Amino acid sequence: MAHRTVVVASASGLHARPAKVFVQAAARLGVPVTVRLGEKAVPAKSMLGVLSLGAVHGTEVTLEADGPGAEEALDSLVALLSRDLDADEALDA
Amino acid sequence: MPDQPPPSDDRPTGPDAGEGPHIGQGSGIGRGPEAGQGRLAGLGVSHGRSAGPVIRMAAPPTLPPPRPATGPAFDPEAEAATVAAALAAVAADLTRRATAARRPAPLTSEPAAHATGSPTSEPAAAHAADTPGPAPRAGEASDTAGSVTAEGDTAGPTTAAGDMAGGDTAGDATAARREAAGSEAAEILEALAMIADDPMLLEDAQSRAREGMGAPHALDAAFTQHREALAALGGYLAERAADLDDLKHRAVAFALGLPMPGLPAPGHPYILVAADLSPADTAGLGPDVLALVTERGGPTSHTAILARGRGLPAVVACPGILDVPDGTVVRVDGGTGEVAIGLTEEQAHEVRAGERAERARLAASSGPGRTKDGHPVKLLLNIGSADDLRPGAEGVGLFRTEFLFLDRTTAPSYGEQVDAYAEVFSRAETVIVRTLDAGTDKPLPFLGLPAEPNPALGVRGLRVDRLLPDVLDTQLDAIAEAARKTGAEAWVMAPMVTTEAEAAAFARRARARGVTRVGAMVEVPAAALRAGRLLREVDFLSIGTNDLAQYTFAADRQHSALADLLDPRQPALLELVAMCAAAGREAGKPVGVCGEAAGDPLLAPLLVGLGVTSLSMAAVCVPAVREALADLTLAQCQERAAQALA
Repeated sequence: MAHRTVVVASASGLHARPAKVFVQAAARLGVPVTVRLGEKAVPAKSMLGVLSLGAVHGTEVTLEADGPGAEEALDSLVALLSRDLDADEALDA
Repeated sequence: MPDQPPPSDDRPTGPDAGEGPHIGQGSGIGRGPEAGQGRLAGLGVSHGRSAGPVIRMAAPPTLPPPRPATGPAFDPEAEAATVAAALAAVAADLTRRATAARRPAPLTSEPAAHATGSPTSEPAAAHAADTPGPAPRAGEASDTAGSVTAEGDTAGPTTAAGDMAGGDTAGDATAARREAAGSEAAEILEALAMIADDPMLLEDAQSRAREGMGAPHALDAAFTQHREALAALGGYLAERAADLDDLKHRAVAFALGLPMPGLPAPGHPYILVAADLSPADTAGLGPDVLALVTERGGPTSHTAILARGRGLPAVVACPGILDVPDGTVVRVDGGTGEVAIGLTEEQAHEVRAGERAERARLAASSGPGRTKDGHPVKLLLNIGSADDLRPGAEGVGLFRTEFLFLDRTTAPSYGEQVDAYAEVFSRAETVIVRTLDAGTDKPLPFLGLPAEPNPALGVRGLRVDRLLPDVLDTQLDAIAEAARKTGAEAWVMAPMVTTEAEAAAFARRARARGVTRVGAMVEVPAAALRAGRLLREVDFLSIGTNDLAQYTFAADRQHSALADLLDPRQPALLELVAMCAAAGREAGKPVGVCGEAAGDPLLAPLLVGLGVTSLSMAAVCVPAVREALADLTLAQCQERAAQALA
């Protein structure tokens, strides 16, 4: 089991546009990733799950994945969460 | 309508599929025999003609009683498949709209319409730009999956957009605004699509289905659970919880084979069809609505009033209209009440072009209201705010102040009211302000009035003052102050005045607060019968024929089965109008009509013949009424009136 811990950098937290960008990226990976915040663990490709974490700017979340490609998948999602996605307008233009 | 997407082809035929009274999104719109020729008859309530594709607005679906999970008809896998199909359909529909919203097309240029096949000529879902509020709700952002979509439907919609009577959508600023809003709308639609596509939601709903719940109930339960989870988190997420309700309604409707609920925003002009429309529904109508057709409603229903206000052709009380499949091109005649079904897009285009020419001709008329022999009849406007003001009339005959505050949960402040009234006063010569007219068909949430068993006969209009005197005092103060600020002469009248004592008390209060011209509306027969006495207390009367008909004939003005009783040609109603007019002549005081009858070019001469001195109507009605009066002498009008009373 690979895992990474990352602080949510987006100004609005893991809501709204950043949540959308994150979930879209996770869905494209092809590797099931779990986002954990305290007791709660949700699939990274579930919009409702990610929203329900209620992660705000500065919240620390843990990403977990298994199997081939897990490390790379986690790296890419960590990179995403470390950016301020609210300011990142060009991302999915 | 060519190139209809086949949204239902992969839809499973589970036990719930295809049931229900409506022709749902799976009916093969535009391909089936039901899209053929035909005519429906309703009640024309707002003059004008238009044509275009029909889209039905459905109410949120009602869940049927849970079906027994053990019966021979129950197939858990089929239910689970229906769950998946419903969620996929909702998501696909939202995605399609998001794509359309990202490609705003000019809504004004007729020639662009003929660039058929070019992706840039695809119409935009720019509706969101004109929807009040920060974002389209899911329910507004989408209609049935099988309706006409932006894709492959180029010639019709953009042409229709160019045809729209208003023609005021031009301008670079507007285009830029549309584009920005289109992008924002697309973001929201995409996020909603991702929620509908959510794997947790799917898994949850499917496992409920496999455990023996019918697909509609499984969807309902899964959405509700996630909704509650989000609502519990508060803030932004609690707002998204409301989105989930809309998505739920859409998914459940699909599973039940019903049209998806909510005000459509297909991204192209359309004829809006509904069982009935509430004031809230109509407030959100975008500029892409060409005409309204409702199954219920009467000549004085809110649908009718709204349609006239906007110059939208409208037909109400039209049985069978809900069975017309989405996407069918129909012609709506708001004068005769006829709805012709199954036009070609070319025919629809001709109808719209003809209507545009007719309106241009009428709009060229100007000047004060006069009969052929020069008898003056003031032509005034019914407005809800300064936005409704148009040139060409002689003032405002009915300023419905409650329309400023319909959606308010807290009382509008004195200062806010002064500003709103001053805006109107500064832009119109004379203005007759009606004090707040709240009722259950027109509730003002901030008043917090208790529910009543018989609201039309309860505390409404001036009667609210019995419970909440401060509201009227504040409003009178604000009107007087706005008049002082602008130098306008404000005429103020109260709705639902019933007795002389009420008229006297209102007049006293209004004058004490600096109002110079005080009037009473005549909507209750008791007031009409004592019009002469009322005019001893007040300076003018204004007859609200809609409510006066309702109370004279004991017929609910929204009741489509009683439309004949609400016909303003009914002699008993005309008799009461005549009594008021006679009282006015005797007292030397003006008596106008501000009900819907005043804006009807056939009725207006009759009312003038009865002796009314002004007619107040929606702005779009003014040219036709002016023309009708100019065609007849006063004696001819009087002759018509005498015949109607005979």
